[in-house]
Amino acid sequence: MMRPLRGGLAAFLVAAAFALPARAQEMPEIPKQSWSFSGPFGTFDLAAAQRGFQIYKEVCSNCHSMRLLHYRDLAGIGLSQDEIRAVAAAVTVPGPLDDQGAPTERPGLPSDVFKSPFPNDKAAQAANGGAIPPDQTLLVNAREGGPDYIDALMQGYTDPPEGFKLQDGLYYNKYFPGHQIRMPQMLQDDTVTYTDGTKATLAQEAHDVATFLMWTSNPEMVQRKQMGVHVVLYLALLTCLTYAVKRKVWADVH
Amino acid sequence: MAGLHKSEFPNPVINWIDTRMPIFTMMQKEYGSFPTPRNFNYFWNFGALAMINLMIMIITGIFLAMNYTPNTELAFDSVQRIMRDVNYGWLLRYVHQNGASMFFIVTYIHIFRGLYYGSYKYPRELLWMIGVVILLVMMATAFMGYVLPWGQMSYWGATVITNLFSAIPLVGDSIVTWLWGGFSVSNPTLNRFFSLHYLLPFVLVGVVFLHVVALHITGSNNPLGIDVKSPQDTLPFHPYYTMKDSVGMCVYLIVFALLVFFAPNLLGDPNNFIPANPLQTPADIVPEWYFLPFYAILRSVPNKLGGVILMFGAIAVLFVLPWLDTSPVRSCKFRPIYRWLVLLLVLSMVVLGMVGAHHPEGIWVVLGRLATAYYFAHFLVILPILGKLERPMPLPESISKPVLGGGPIPGAIPAKPMEKA
Repeated sequence: MMRPLRGGLAAFLVAAAFALPARAQEMPEIPKQSWSFSGPFGTFDLAAAQRGFQIYKEVCSNCHSMRLLHYRDLAGIGLSQDEIRAVAAAVTVPGPLDDQGAPTERPGLPSDVFKSPFPNDKAAQAANGGAIPPDQTLLVNAREGGPDYIDALMQGYTDPPEGFKLQDGLYYNKYFPGHQIRMPQMLQDDTVTYTDGTKATLAQEAHDVATFLMWTSNPEMVQRKQMGVHVVLYLALLTCLTYAVKRKVWADVH
Repeated sequence: MAGLHKSEFPNPVINWIDTRMPIFTMMQKEYGSFPTPRNFNYFWNFGALAMINLMIMIITGIFLAMNYTPNTELAFDSVQRIMRDVNYGWLLRYVHQNGASMFFIVTYIHIFRGLYYGSYKYPRELLWMIGVVILLVMMATAFMGYVLPWGQMSYWGATVITNLFSAIPLVGDSIVTWLWGGFSVSNPTLNRFFSLHYLLPFVLVGVVFLHVVALHITGSNNPLGIDVKSPQDTLPFHPYYTMKDSVGMCVYLIVFALLVFFAPNLLGDPNNFIPANPLQTPADIVPEWYFLPFYAILRSVPNKLGGVILMFGAIAVLFVLPWLDTSPVRSCKFRPIYRWLVLLLVLSMVVLGMVGAHHPEGIWVVLGRLATAYYFAHFLVILPILGKLERPMPLPESISKPVLGGGPIPGAIPAKPMEKA
């Protein structure tokens, strides 16, 4: 049964490799934002990341999973152990089997991974009109444009241009490849009420959620860049010393 | 006593070992006093850099393998576990991932050095051919390594590349099934790729050893491309070239560190952050940057078998390069026309690289075909003919003359047919 399927796949791939398919509609340039984490000395704006987490918790997590993140990881954006315990305890997760072999439930612990909104992909698909909301842990790294793209996408919902045929159940977003996205506009001004009192404009929310997702994608970034600065400085010094020694060794040849 | 080596090392322990197994004498001969042309430029660093890079890859790879799971259900998550939960796992992974790119950068420059200074010519043909084998094994290793994280590009790249073998008439489909261990890229494929990805680097160590053995028989070429004629032309490898290689190594490590610490995903594809999904083909299936020129050659032929033949031919032609180049002169320094054509060859590879990264449509198809045509014409047409037509510039009398004397070379003699070592 698999052979014709594979033959078809091969034929398709050859066709894909050699054909000249028409490109998707031209995309507008994604605006470049200024980020706390850009540059070799960049670090995460923890307040923004925490606000972004609040948005994830209140809005995104209703549909999007975060399966590679543990609650304990939230220490990375500055949550205290008590806060982490409280966040984790708010969900119920499957516990160990009881003495009769029956499944049990228990409150979440910091060592648990983020609880997914749907039990499986099929359920996610059924609840979202056939599209699976992508897992958000690595979303920033998995998209061309990274945090700028996420920021733009959140603010990219407009009315479709004259003559654009929008399929049923899809929404127009000028930054989404192909412009037809299954996700409705989730963030608007004051979608959340920030606990730190920051005014929740759409631009602010988009910026915060992109900061949070940049962190979930690259939680090691601050440590990495700091180590990098040390390594490069060390190597630069070593290069100078090595070059001086080389000159000395070669002095009698030149 | 018969067979015992007469060691000259003063240290009694070293002397005792060396008498019974003269590895210290051998190291001293091959890396200490080894006579090396005195006029190397910094292009001659790249062989040593490639060796260092191979060691970095093996060491980081061994530690990554301790934490990686070659199972389609677990591979993607296990890589992320390395990135997030293994102590300095992100460092190991990013060094290994970017190390592959660095390996190809260093090796491609090393190959360019060989092309420009005619290092493939008599008597170094075998040395060159072993080098081409190294390139092939490297490519196979890199390809299989890229499959292991089991992202979208891993999966679809593996599917496209393994499918190339189905172009072979009659047995193609059977070969592909055999490679896959099933009827699609799946768990058996991932398992064997992991096994081979762990094996091939050690094969590489063996072939690199042969490469170095061959090098130490013929001795190194040099920027002038003329033979070593007297001890005056050479310097002992240590400390002169150990120091010069160390300078190169420091600069190389800085570039490496900038990539690893500040732009670890610069050369990667965002799609590989999405777990492999056999039901969803990415919009563009693009290999890693170091395969792009060959991918472009593959796609510039509107026939699958033809494309596959040309792609493998692009490497195969390097095997016979020593016999395609008919010029008696090695170094491009003295080849006024060929010098530019080598650079044109590099340009055609760069163009092919860009073509490989774009959808094959419009101008990219034309550019791809032009560059492919030049690539093969360069080796198969231009090189054999040019050797007969080109008037090389006069060669210096010896290596030490221009280095020691500087300025114009009084004793310059016109080029003569291939110098016999």
